[in-house]
Amino acid sequence: MTTSTPAAPSTPAAPSPPRPVAAPGPGLDAEELDGLRTVPARHPWRWAAGTAALVVLLQFLHGLATNPGWDWATFRLYFTADTILQAIGRTLELTAYGTVLGFALGAVVAGMRLSRSAVLRTIAWAYVWVFRSIPLIVQLVFWFNLSYLYKRFGFGIPFGPTFGDFETVGVLGALGAAVLGLGLHQAAFAAEIIRGGIIAVEAGQREAAAALGIPRWRQAWRIVLPQAMRGILPAAANEVISLLKGTSVVYVMAIGELFYQAQVIYGRTGRVVPLLMVATVWYVVLTTVLSIGQYYVERYFARGARRTPPPTPLRRLRTLLGGLPARADARTAARTAARTSGGTP
Amino acid sequence: MTTLTKADPTPPADRADAAGAAPMVQVRGLHKSFGRLEVLRGVDLDVPAGSVTVVLGPSGSGKSTLLRAINHLEKLDRGYVAIDGELIGYRRAGDRLYELKEREVLRQRTGIGFVFQNFNLFPHLTVLENVVEAPIAALGRPRAEARAAALALLERVGLADKAAAYPRQLSGGQQQRVAIARALALEPKVLLFDEPTSALDPELVGEVLDVIKDLARSGTTMIVVTHEIGFAREVADTVVFMDGGVVVEQGPPAELLDRPRHERTRAFLAKVL
Repeated sequence: MTTSTPAAPSTPAAPSPPRPVAAPGPGLDAEELDGLRTVPARHPWRWAAGTAALVVLLQFLHGLATNPGWDWATFRLYFTADTILQAIGRTLELTAYGTVLGFALGAVVAGMRLSRSAVLRTIAWAYVWVFRSIPLIVQLVFWFNLSYLYKRFGFGIPFGPTFGDFETVGVLGALGAAVLGLGLHQAAFAAEIIRGGIIAVEAGQREAAAALGIPRWRQAWRIVLPQAMRGILPAAANEVISLLKGTSVVYVMAIGELFYQAQVIYGRTGRVVPLLMVATVWYVVLTTVLSIGQYYVERYFARGARRTPPPTPLRRLRTLLGGLPARADARTAARTAARTSGGTP
Repeated sequence: MTTLTKADPTPPADRADAAGAAPMVQVRGLHKSFGRLEVLRGVDLDVPAGSVTVVLGPSGSGKSTLLRAINHLEKLDRGYVAIDGELIGYRRAGDRLYELKEREVLRQRTGIGFVFQNFNLFPHLTVLENVVEAPIAALGRPRAEARAAALALLERVGLADKAAAYPRQLSGGQQQRVAIARALALEPKVLLFDEPTSALDPELVGEVLDVIKDLARSGTTMIVVTHEIGFAREVADTVVFMDGGVVVEQGPPAELLDRPRHERTRAFLAKVL
């Protein structure tokens, strides 16, 4: 496009005044500087700080090995004891139920908060408000005492006749109360995480799907959610890991999960520190497994997000060790080359 | 050829007279406000089947809103849009137009292709998956059939070798060509282009315009909002100039671009030519 009207207020191509050509300052001889070697700046304090930190770390590790208070013999004795393994099973069970209930309900609440119905939006907002406000431990004790508030639970027409009912005491035992409490608590946080992921998906995506006539549920399931997952996953993994450790709160209900079981044993034997270490190391192991899982799930949902997908850790390790270029890497390189050469006409 | 008809007070009955001479796209008395801002103030437009209409106008003149109203991405305040004799987004009962259920609107949109300025390809799906998605999900085509059709369309836009690539691995021009193939996959009666080259680097504009020109020659009914005057001159059957939410004038490109009758058209062309 050319601008032919001289009166146009904004002529794009006004020639800028010539800039002075950069010349070496006074006293610098360009010829003399030519081809000299450069030396990076030295950072002696960086080395000093690093050394100090390493010394502290070594001292701590030395203490772990030599301080008899850690009592590694007892640690070994209980680390794989049957009671502890069973308790881990219980911890995993609570985590799994809490996650499933929390995220299923959270997805519903998130959907309600994004709904076009003002009633659903308000109810969902109130749910999040209430359940984020109540400390988990308070809620757990509440559910545990549900039968005090509601003796019987029934189904029927609202405010009308009841078709059948049952006693609350029998239905909601300690485990049920714990799962319910964890799940409801988790749902409030999950709802906000899921909603955050969904609103982060560019509006044009939904618009394009709508313009193509794609049915509404499929717009959500196929177009919006997979993209929202990228935003949801890191925060969701945080929540699952918090929940895993948060299950230790249910010791107040005397459920035999990992922390409760460790307490029972040190209550009997008096060896507090080694049993706390048993619980700690197991929590670290479980969190590590979850973190690795997170990495791979995130990788799956990242497809298409980058021009060249990053190598898997396994492939990276192989490259690091053997320097053997994995075949997949060569393929990626070939594809990149083909794109650059035959790319834009 | 297009004629500037005065607002027809009675909208057609649903699916009434799809008889020969009726225009493919019929827009009558379109009004649309965003809050207190009146973007469309009574737009009338007829687009005959198989013709190419290019809409020009300064930014804020309501071009994009008109295009989005045609496939009901925007609700209307007054007036109506009909495609192939069928009211879009509304159903007539007596002297009222009732908005259709979303499911119905989605069905109608499968007959209207829309190409966005920012492509809006689905980044987590491959090029092929982008193209087959709507035929499978909206029209219920068998996957194998949709796939074959999609590959043929990709061939047509010159991107058959990119079927397995993800959109972010393509240049802007390539992405827009995929977006055109995606819109064509529904075999729409009308194709709407909303500034299809405005987000592209200058050297990539040509490859997209070439694809659109090719479609124009094959007799696809198209409405193109653009700033490419050269393209309008070469391809359009009718050029429509919009300003301030109304159609100021329209006519064949040679007439409108070289001998505009209205002062506003002249002022606009003087700026962009």
